[in-house]
Amino acid sequence: MTGSIQNRDEFLTQIATSLGRDSWMKNAPVRNWQHQPQHLVLKDATVDELVDVLRLQCEKIHTTLVETNSKELEKTLKETVANHGGGPIVSWKDERFSKWGLSPLINEIWPNEGISFHEWDYTKEMENISFAEKANVGITISEITLAESGTVVLLSDKDKGRTVSFLPATLIVLVPKSTLVPRMTQAAQKLRSIHEQGNLVASCVNFITGPSNSADIELNLVVGVHGPVKASYILIDDL
Amino acid sequence: MSMKISTSDFKERVDKGIHDSFMRGAVVGAQERMGTRRLDATNELGNWEEWRKHGEEIRKHVLEHLDYYLKELSDNVSKRGGHVFFAQTAEQANEYIRGVIKEKNAKKVVKAKSMVTEEIHLNQCLEEAGCEVIETDLGEYILQVDDHDPPSHIVVPALHKNKEQIRDVFTEKLNYQKTEKPEELAWHARDMLRQEYLTADVGITGCNFAVAETGSISLVTNEGNADLVTSLPKTQITVMGMERLVPTFEEMEVLVSLLTRSAVGQKLTSYITVLTGPSEELDVDGPEDFHLVIVDNGRSSILGGEFQSILQCIRCAACINVCPVYRHVGGHSYGSIYSGPIGAVLSPLLGGYDDYKELPYASTLCGACTEVCPVKIPLHELLHKHRQTIVEKEGKAPISEKLAMKAFGLGAASPSLYNLGSKFAPTAMLPFTSGDKISKGVGPLKAWTEIREFPAPNKERFRDWFKNRDKGGDQS
Repeated sequence: MTGSIQNRDEFLTQIATSLGRDSWMKNAPVRNWQHQPQHLVLKDATVDELVDVLRLQCEKIHTTLVETNSKELEKTLKETVANHGGGPIVSWKDERFSKWGLSPLINEIWPNEGISFHEWDYTKEMENISFAEKANVGITISEITLAESGTVVLLSDKDKGRTVSFLPATLIVLVPKSTLVPRMTQAAQKLRSIHEQGNLVASCVNFITGPSNSADIELNLVVGVHGPVKASYILIDDL
Repeated sequence: MSMKISTSDFKERVDKGIHDSFMRGAVVGAQERMGTRRLDATNELGNWEEWRKHGEEIRKHVLEHLDYYLKELSDNVSKRGGHVFFAQTAEQANEYIRGVIKEKNAKKVVKAKSMVTEEIHLNQCLEEAGCEVIETDLGEYILQVDDHDPPSHIVVPALHKNKEQIRDVFTEKLNYQKTEKPEELAWHARDMLRQEYLTADVGITGCNFAVAETGSISLVTNEGNADLVTSLPKTQITVMGMERLVPTFEEMEVLVSLLTRSAVGQKLTSYITVLTGPSEELDVDGPEDFHLVIVDNGRSSILGGEFQSILQCIRCAACINVCPVYRHVGGHSYGSIYSGPIGAVLSPLLGGYDDYKELPYASTLCGACTEVCPVKIPLHELLHKHRQTIVEKEGKAPISEKLAMKAFGLGAASPSLYNLGSKFAPTAMLPFTSGDKISKGVGPLKAWTEIREFPAPNKERFRDWFKNRDKGGDQS
């Protein structure tokens, strides 16, 4: 369903007049940038070099980086959750969890330990939010990971609630090594190509760089204001 | 139209500012810390000038084709199911938003920090309509709880307050019982605001950059408040100044990088959120309804004129963080929500010379602002241009300056008068002179000598010295 557009003609005509045109511009302008410094950052870096950059950056953004491989992932995730004080846990619904061998942990081990686990289920509507609000840990997956800034990129959909990464006290993001790129430049190109191929860009794209923080009181850094107080990335060697 | 934050005049505001020693200390500390962090973050790239040039060319291109990109943006927002309202005035914007609120029968609005909503006085308008409006950015929340104290900095709005003052405000208004530790204060705000997000009917945000090609908007924060504002309430209203857009994600990325490094010295802030339309049909969180309000409010009269480059601004506040005048007088002295060099250029354009004619003079024209601007706005040149306009076109120069100029004009036009004037100047100023300094001036000199000394006229005039030198006198 398309939305309404109100008062546009008058508004654009005013702008066209200010710019010295008789009517508003109909043809797409040509963009011919003379400067493109963004492509030079970490241009020829290998994956291992990008991991080095990410590791260093995580220290600056108050985020723990745990490195593991597909085999060890179950153990690593279990430990990471325990280190952050255990459940309740809320996570996205994503088939990669079982592909990575996490089903036993989710379906047996955690329940047996009395740790409650909620997988996002859109049919349950507001129950998801109530659970996320009480959860200690939220678990999501990074689709694109920016080495330079230590940023994970999350794309929303019906199985991937936005608030999983905001309401719980701790955010744990699973980061496949294959998602590593130098910086935001490559993420912007990827998002743009989704659109150019005729697909819809996710309604919400989150670029998240560590836990929530504020320096609004006398410029003192307080970590954990509205969103998570703690953040961990689990880097999975999937290459 | 009103971005005014005070009814007192410029001199009273400045006087209050320079006698507020906490505020002055806080501003000095903030300028030094933020300035250093900005420098580190920009030096680290190694080719910051290239970045600035790219930022500048993007912003210039958008302004020159603003009609095309706004058309594209609105088409794409609509395609994704969002509603777009073009508001030529603040009143139109407020009226539309009030209409949406009424239609939704909304009682509670949560807001993420937005300069343009401050500019159009949206909160006041919604409160008058019987709606509760809650600011969620920690700094804005503190100001709101303190009986709507105005912001004094674009990025750190409560910079002028110390933690003890904040504790006292929280104790009085929010039944707060803990100490002045920033962590404890922030946690209290977190607890209070959590409940507000969960029960609000409408979320209102500003917009850092809209993306024309996809109809997206982007929000840049460190706290994550904008994310809760846009994922929990069922209706989202985003208000943007009409110039705040880019062609595609690729230019958005560049400007976000320039913004976060220049504003707070971070490679990226904790949260950069790109939202396109309302949420999808089966999504549980995210808004069911999305409205984008695009505001002109005086901007189209800047476009196409000699001040057009001020619309390149991305609101990073780097200029504020290096300004020696802001450092001494603080944000409230500017009498506008836009302070510092950007405020001194923008406020007279949006709010008129009647209220803001002094601001272009609140500058030493040192050019530090121009040097740090990530999109290369020639700020100090625009300040100078304002002064020219005020004197030549508006005839609004201060009376003392007019008289002085007139007298100088008369004197300098006639050789004999000039000769006489310069000869008697030392004698005329003698009662106010001690040594070679004047420390207690009268008339136009008074304002100067209140805070510093003025050199007394030299007893020997240049012409006399020159003549004397020709004759082989003192060669020094």
